[in-house]
Amino acid sequence: MEFLSNVINGISLGSIYAIIALGYTMVYGIAKMLNFAHGDVIMVGAYVCFFMTSRYNMPVVVGILLSMFVCTVLGIVIERLAYKPLRQATSLAVLITAIGMSYFLQNAAQLLWTSNPKVFKSVVGDGGIQITEGLYVSHVTLVTIAVCVIIMIALTVFTGKSKMGKAMRACSEDKGAAQLMGINVNTTISITFAIGSALAAIAGVLLCSAYPNLVPTTGSMPGIKAFTAAVFGGIGSIPGALIGGILLGIIEIFAKAYISTEISDAIVFAVLIVVLLVKPTGLLGKKISEKV
Amino acid sequence: MKKMKKVVVLGLISAMMLSAFAGCGKKDSGSGAIRIGGTGPLTGGAAVYGNAAKRGAEIAVEEINALGGMQFELRYEDDTHDAEKAVNAYNILKDWEIQISLGSVTTNPCIATAAETYSDRIFALTPSASSTDVTKGKDNMFQMCFSDPNQGSASAQYISQKQLGTKIAIIYKNDDAYSTGIFETFTDKADELGINVVSTTTFNTDSQNDFSVQLNAAKNAGADLVFLPMYYEAAALILDQAKKMNYAPKFFGVDGMDGILTLEGFDTTLAEGVMLLTPFSADASDERTKNFVAKYQEKFNETPNQFAADAYDCVYAIYEACQKGEVTSDMTAEEICDIMIAQFTTMKFDGLTGTGMTWGTNGEVTKDPKGMVIQNGVYVGLD
Repeated sequence: MEFLSNVINGISLGSIYAIIALGYTMVYGIAKMLNFAHGDVIMVGAYVCFFMTSRYNMPVVVGILLSMFVCTVLGIVIERLAYKPLRQATSLAVLITAIGMSYFLQNAAQLLWTSNPKVFKSVVGDGGIQITEGLYVSHVTLVTIAVCVIIMIALTVFTGKSKMGKAMRACSEDKGAAQLMGINVNTTISITFAIGSALAAIAGVLLCSAYPNLVPTTGSMPGIKAFTAAVFGGIGSIPGALIGGILLGIIEIFAKAYISTEISDAIVFAVLIVVLLVKPTGLLGKKISEKV
Repeated sequence: MKKMKKVVVLGLISAMMLSAFAGCGKKDSGSGAIRIGGTGPLTGGAAVYGNAAKRGAEIAVEEINALGGMQFELRYEDDTHDAEKAVNAYNILKDWEIQISLGSVTTNPCIATAAETYSDRIFALTPSASSTDVTKGKDNMFQMCFSDPNQGSASAQYISQKQLGTKIAIIYKNDDAYSTGIFETFTDKADELGINVVSTTTFNTDSQNDFSVQLNAAKNAGADLVFLPMYYEAAALILDQAKKMNYAPKFFGVDGMDGILTLEGFDTTLAEGVMLLTPFSADASDERTKNFVAKYQEKFNETPNQFAADAYDCVYAIYEACQKGEVTSDMTAEEICDIMIAQFTTMKFDGLTGTGMTWGTNGEVTKDPKGMVIQNGVYVGLD
């Protein structure tokens, strides 16, 4: 029974990682850049929702929609101002810019909303289902998993079937060739960021519903863990992000429960290293052979 | 176009030099005021504590200056809860020719600045850095808050005396000197008193989200009291998750738990019945506390926590010691340091965070911890 309850806790934590990892992997897959500011967009999304629902007592739906809207705009603005001018630059320069953007967002949030922690009111409610004695699943967990799977399926269908999705995949494979085929690369990348940031807003709301502590650095550690999850599952692969996230959550909880609460993070990252040694592209990553 | 650039650059350089020179002139401007200063996290994750301390000290300085007589000039520099930056911040204060130091607000930075104030012979009184490493081996470093060992052993004693629980679980933060310090002395004292500790689990800054494993361990071990030596941010998450898993033991916290009730958006019913040892409560009904809380609320639009009260007390303790020791603003820091050491080891001080406080030569304060329990969203004395 304890084992099952650990599995459920692991899935619950992992589904949060998964939902953040989806945003990472989406942007990486198409724009080929690691958007380290993703975790901080999550934080902004959570703050917007917090202010709408707790301060101004608006309905939860309005809060979520508005935070998605704000994050989408923010994502596009970040992309246009910080990343677009660097499109021809080395990937290292873009990476540093992303880290800078991440710190900028954290500090801006601190100026705007102070560093006083805020308690986020769960958008799903506090309840849960008592399956048997000692086995309890909260509603937040169920909703997170459901949302996660829905988003994963929607993204897979979108990139596979829709015209825009095909354009995205084309950009991902070869920007130059895509442009020659008449695809507007800049618009496509902007839309990728818009979608990624809207997902970040949802992730932020769900993250803070499960773990209701909201500070300007709320997004950074889950962001890094989710990035790990994305690499674990194979960065660029949408189902990979889901599987990577959930596995990472389960490993983390198991490491804590059965080995030690003190070195659980070390164990999580050791597992990651082993996986990457055996399968360098991650669990579901595709091996792309470069033609010379 | 090129000429334009040159003009702009020249202008900028001259502006820089001007401001640099302006900085030189400032030193003597505080005529007749004693310069006191400290470092604390004014930005970053721990900014709540640094800003609270700074604000508490500001109020005390304002009150004292309004009395006429001895005047103080206060300056706080940001250390972002980082030991290296704290030393830089301290150096800025030293350039400003600080005469008495308020140390640093948080433990790790204060260990670093305490070494500096010790070698520079500047008297330091920290409001809230509670580890014994702060004061160890330094004759001029004093604390306003309880030291960690005091809190740990006092908590164990309190729990055993009042028979609050038979099976105790502990959750502590293993990358935080404050939390581990209390944990260690708590377990030592618990062994001595024969308290039955059934589960000990930890977390760190990076895993400060999910407590399901720790709470499950406590629950499965049948713990009826969970000891939480940590700050309120993590404690709020623990209370929330314990409720979600239908686990309702008694929770017992230390002074870091103070502030949980003023956490924005926090459901105070979660904290119902939580016990804590704390030297200060903003709901206390004595005249001085009421006056301080009212002023703080008016000025900063929030309720002061114990950090603010500790810093407020620090300034008043320094003020009293300065008066008794007849300190004047033209003395050097070293002269003041000797006077302050003599005063602090002999004086008795009444403040917001305790009455009849005394200091030992090791710099640790002796005052009575107050046992509090949260009932209907307010602190009620346990005794």
